[in-house]
Amino acid sequence: MYKVIEKEILHENLVKMEIEAPLVAKSAKPGQFIILRVDEKGERIPLTIADFDRKKGTVTIIFLEVGKTTKKLGTLEVGDCIESFTGPLGEPSDIRKYGTTICVGGGVGIACLYPIARALKEKGNRVISILGARTKSLLIMEKEIGKYSDELIVVTDDGSKGRKGFVSDALKELIDKGVKVDLVMAIGPVIMMKVISDLTKPYGIKTLVSLNPIMVDGTGMCGSCRVTVNGEIKFACVDGPEFDGHGVDFDNLMLRNNRFREEEGIALKRYMEEQWQCIGMGKKHGDKA
Amino acid sequence: MVIKHKYEMPEQPPKERIHNFDEVPLGYDEETAVKEAERCLQCKPKPCTKGCPVGINIPEFIKCIRERRFDDAIKVIKESNSLPAVTGRVCPYENQCEGNCLLGKIGEPVAIGRLERFVADWERKKGVTVPEKPPSTGKRVAVVGSGPAGLTVASELAKKGHEVVVFEALHAPGGVLLYGIPEFRLPKEILSREIDYIKRLGVEIKCNVVVGKTISLSEIKKEFDAVFIGTGAGLPRWLNVPGENLAQVYSANEFLTRVNLMKAYLFPEYDTPIAVGNRVVTVGAGNVAMDCARTALRLGAKESFIIYRRSKDEAPARREEIAHAEEEGVKFMFLANPIRFIGDDAGNVTGMEYVQMKLGEPDESGRRRPIPIPKSNSLMQVDTVIVAIGQTPNPLLTSELKGLKLGKRGNIIVDDNQQTSVKGVFAGGDIATGAATVILAMGAGRRAAEAIDEYLRK
Ligand SMILES: Cc1cc2nc3c(=O)[nH]c(=O)nc-3n(C[C@H](O)[C@H](O)[C@H](O)COP(=O)(O)OP(=O)(O)OC[C@H]3O[C@@H](n4cnc5c(N)ncnc54)[C@H](O)[C@@H]3O)c2cc1C
Ligand SMILES: Cc1cc2nc3c(=O)[nH]c(=O)nc-3n(C[C@H](O)[C@H](O)[C@H](O)COP(=O)(O)OP(=O)(O)OC[C@H]3O[C@@H](n4cnc5c(N)ncnc54)[C@H](O)[C@@H]3O)c2cc1C
Ligand code: SF4
Ligand code: SF4
Ligand code: FES
Repeated sequence: MYKVIEKEILHENLVKMEIEAPLVAKSAKPGQFIILRVDEKGERIPLTIADFDRKKGTVTIIFLEVGKTTKKLGTLEVGDCIESFTGPLGEPSDIRKYGTTICVGGGVGIACLYPIARALKEKGNRVISILGARTKSLLIMEKEIGKYSDELIVVTDDGSKGRKGFVSDALKELIDKGVKVDLVMAIGPVIMMKVISDLTKPYGIKTLVSLNPIMVDGTGMCGSCRVTVNGEIKFACVDGPEFDGHGVDFDNLMLRNNRFREEEGIALKRYMEEQWQCIGMGKKHGDKA
Repeated sequence: MVIKHKYEMPEQPPKERIHNFDEVPLGYDEETAVKEAERCLQCKPKPCTKGCPVGINIPEFIKCIRERRFDDAIKVIKESNSLPAVTGRVCPYENQCEGNCLLGKIGEPVAIGRLERFVADWERKKGVTVPEKPPSTGKRVAVVGSGPAGLTVASELAKKGHEVVVFEALHAPGGVLLYGIPEFRLPKEILSREIDYIKRLGVEIKCNVVVGKTISLSEIKKEFDAVFIGTGAGLPRWLNVPGENLAQVYSANEFLTRVNLMKAYLFPEYDTPIAVGNRVVTVGAGNVAMDCARTALRLGAKESFIIYRRSKDEAPARREEIAHAEEEGVKFMFLANPIRFIGDDAGNVTGMEYVQMKLGEPDESGRRRPIPIPKSNSLMQVDTVIVAIGQTPNPLLTSELKGLKLGKRGNIIVDDNQQTSVKGVFAGGDIATGAATVILAMGAGRRAAEAIDEYLRK
């Protein structure tokens, strides 16, 4: 059992948790992830290691509540336990001195980007970060990433914070301005990573993306997480999750991520109804008192 | 008088069982078991024992059943096999002990597998007593992987007084017995009792530890006096044909892991989903493929097909499993091979193109090589595909340890004592042999335990 040591709600459905997992913390590196199962009947889901503290023996995760598992996880409080928590999985990011690196993060992907940006900076790279969100209140970790960036650009779809537009617009501007870019590291929604990769390809700028296919075991055993890269089958859990963005078949990834749409809907609806019944019953008791 | 046929073992009728995940064969009762035991000729040279990879003294345990000394029967079996409730169910005995049985020459062999299962179940019902712990040797052994190989090593070494820690990557122990072989063939309750027994012997099982990731093999080597690697052959093989990455194309491992380990057949009570359409095609004809095709029926598929590039004679699955699949209505397409899967705009698989095959000269495996027949292509409508054409050793861990000699297929090379090229590191089961059988993995586990014990006492 893995205890929740700290919990912070970053935004109404964006949660940060520090979990006690000494073995994972001891070996964790930027770019890796864990797979957890909230309870006995739970699904195994992957979440990026957003931070780790080897001394304290803890691992930080940041997750967006999108479906049953992440919502259930969000209900845990400090002191509660997670049934299983396995990691670190996947290959760590290839942290080297590249020169100028641009870290592009979108949505909850920013959480995954944070430890990588930090490591790149600590290696002596010049780090320019471009963070994007739909709207101001959804923007996360601006301060944390800012601390390790030589330059920080914020964009929102609606212009409520920073500049109006998409992360790709900001990146294009930098390139057009003649900034010599040695590496683009892009983590966010699949569509964002696709657009960024399409943008950098004609310039020949090395672009790494972190893929998020549906996983089960995370050890290379099931092939649920397979993605097509340069025409070859790769398993994101052991060969990735980072890949050369110019070779990734993003369209196939998007299709494969929708494999269980119907079932996910059923699970979520059922879960919300159960939760609702609990709340409803609570109210009744309250009324009587 | 010799009775030529095995006594029947009752089974759940096919029409009923395709709607549940309960066990299919129901086992002998005491009377039938004794009657079946009486068929045995008690041959002095024990040909049956020679056919058993772990060399169980078969005539002896059968004699005990005859004399209704079931306690003694289980003792005899457990001298050589620590998981008889498992092997009595999944062993390919028709090629092993029963294949060698003298009675087989004039009729059906003695039902050794069923008898083994009977005594194991009898013991389980009665309650298993755990042997007393021997004095500790102070030596510590790490076992990586909790499949039949790892579990056997662990229990044997614990019985010899060594301290054993098993590391398992998944959240529960058992290996393929847990995540691969379905409930209707090997109830998980049996497995959990066996694992409970091993824990009561003093073995510590640490789940959620991926060796090579969570801790390295070199770290383990420093902390322990010896290491056994039993990580299995978990890497799925693919056909490498167009359309294999479409949605609803599963590897057998993914399909079975979702259903068995994650209990997707109980969705939505359990959270993990599985989606099967009306027409399911499983590619391959081994035990794994049979398990997939039969599972698909139980998940509600209207039609479940098996497509295999050779003929029924070459199918590697156990005869019993093929027969079970046939009874349940699985449709076999022999001498046919998929060459492409076709999808719709949403990326779902909707069709399969395949060619007819014929058999040519035998290849290195001794089986006749399948050759495509030109211009024999056909299309068929499918909405779920399961690729079950074999597994190879997973390189996750073997790539880490320097000096560990590997074979062409990524398997760990071991000597007759299961010793690897690295001192103090032993290996066995599918990681050494490539995908094989439960009993071979256990046999390797036994040999390794002997060798490790000797190594530690030196
Ligand atoms: C390597 C990796 C790192 C990730 N890191 C983070 C992170 O740091 N923070 C974060 O919020 N999310 C992260 N994700 C995504 C996260 O795993 C999914 O949001 C989560 O599984 C959704 O589960 P659910 O039951 O709440 O939602 P569901 O309703 O079940 O699913 C919503 C969507 O999530 C995806 N999904 C569902 N099940 C799985 C699964 N078993 N494995 C992977 N994806 C699945 C599907 O695309 C699905 O459409 C990561 C994914 C991967 C592969
Ligand atoms: C669906 C299916 C049906 C089968 N049916 C039969 C049958 O009817 N009869 C029969 O005799 N055989 C059958 N087999 C074959 C048989 O199950 C295997 O030969 C046997 O399980 C091999 O045992 P093992 O201990 O070597 O490995 P496995 O059972 O594969 O166990 C290996 C374990 O190691 C763990 N592991 C892997 N890597 C690591 C790591 N780095 N760190 C920690 N843990 C790790 C895995 O998670 C797994 O739990 C079947 C196989 C399958 C897949
Ligand atoms: S372990 Fe397998 S081969 Fe040996 S006697 Fe039992 S069923 Fe036969
Ligand atoms: S070969 Fe058959 S008949 Fe002879 S001892 Fe063995 S089981 Fe009995
Ligand atoms: S998640 Fe199973 S192989 Fe990657």
